[in-house]
Amino acid sequence: MDDKKFRQNSRRELLKLTPVLALGAFAVPAWREGLLKKGLGFSDWAAARLFRRGHLASTFDDAELTPFEKFPLNTYDVDDPGVIFENWTLTVSGAVQKPGDYTLAQVQALPRVRQNTRHVCVEGWDVIGRFGGARLTDFLRLVGADPGARFVTVNCADDYYESLDMATALHPQTLLCYEMYDRPLTREHGAPLRLQMPTKIGYKQAKYLTDLKVTNVLERVGYWEDQGYSWFYGL
Amino acid sequence: MSNAVIEIVEQKGKDDEPLVVARAAYEHPYIVRLCHWINTVALFVMIGSGLQIFRAFPSFGAKIPQKDLLHWPKAFAIGGWLGGGLQWHLTFMWIYIATGVLYLAYQIFSGNYRQVLFTHRDLSGAWPMVKHYFFFGPKPPVREAYNPLQKQAYTTVIVLGVLSVLTGFAVWKPIQFSWLAWMMGGFHYARIWHFAVMWAILLFVLGHLVMVVLHGWNNFVSMLTGWKKDPEY
Repeated sequence: MDDKKFRQNSRRELLKLTPVLALGAFAVPAWREGLLKKGLGFSDWAAARLFRRGHLASTFDDAELTPFEKFPLNTYDVDDPGVIFENWTLTVSGAVQKPGDYTLAQVQALPRVRQNTRHVCVEGWDVIGRFGGARLTDFLRLVGADPGARFVTVNCADDYYESLDMATALHPQTLLCYEMYDRPLTREHGAPLRLQMPTKIGYKQAKYLTDLKVTNVLERVGYWEDQGYSWFYGL
Repeated sequence: MSNAVIEIVEQKGKDDEPLVVARAAYEHPYIVRLCHWINTVALFVMIGSGLQIFRAFPSFGAKIPQKDLLHWPKAFAIGGWLGGGLQWHLTFMWIYIATGVLYLAYQIFSGNYRQVLFTHRDLSGAWPMVKHYFFFGPKPPVREAYNPLQKQAYTTVIVLGVLSVLTGFAVWKPIQFSWLAWMMGGFHYARIWHFAVMWAILLFVLGHLVMVVLHGWNNFVSMLTGWKKDPEY
């Protein structure tokens, strides 16, 4: 091979690397947000496919529990949105046979589940807590929810909002939680009723529930999702 | 042992007589170079965004009381905030994984893995290289593209790359991949392993860059064009 040919050949080999420059699309400010949204969306899509409805999260011995005082509190607005317990109901709507207002007593009349499970925060810390409540799947049956619907959405007394895929809503460890450490839920932890799902990241575990809707269309996704977090975020 | 193609590079001299100017060896197949440079970007983003995520809880202990391990400066992190860091991390992880899968598949099926894989045959040559690099020993003869220590380093970093993905999946999906998380001692420890693997890779990158600088232009260009001029073998 002569020198000229060698240089031509080298140039051709170098040019073959141009596909790498496609990654530069992420450096264009106008495209970045959209590309990252697509990437996060793909991760959510994959996560939903990895989720196995019958696969249980690990449960732990009482000895492994994080002491209640050391169970962190993360609220988005106020620690206590001032729910008046006597007047509280959970308003159920959407694709259900029996919409309306449900009392705490009606939720508590469902079989009570108590489980020691890991709670993982998006920040990276994790604790093991003891949670008690009714299975969301039992409650959905009570209200005659269409299990073929795609989503369950909730609104909260502090204006927080969240949404779940139906597979997670029907998971046997997904609770409408009214107890922590065998005591009634405290106000800071979301009294009178919150979501508790060991298969989801912390910010999906909405507190101070006021409304629950079964739906096929997501009007609102979730407070943190709207700031840019993952929607599915299953563990 | 080398499977590199050696070519003589010549120039037309006086009276059209061929004049040898260099020899060149084809060291890096196209897919290897492609994966190398995509991975350079992907790894940069993964580490930068990973450190952003780490900044949200820079500890491996309890949340209450929280004892921070180190305060990583925001300027050396990608994404601006936790949510941004997660977006970059959860996007580029697919590019990182796809590149790794393509690379491994190519190396295995083309047989080119022999160029990088550190095996028992490289053991005897490793110590003379250590003596040369670190204790001013004589330079052992160069017979192939990678010397035994290089193979050792590349083999290690490929294993670290695989571990970074496995530990990452254990952190991302500790319940769906409960067996992975269990192997690492649970979610809590998987997060520690993931962090440790990142530092090990970063250590490799540092050494790699030093060696690139020390070995000059022809060596660097070979990772772009595949051809290394004037190889020592």
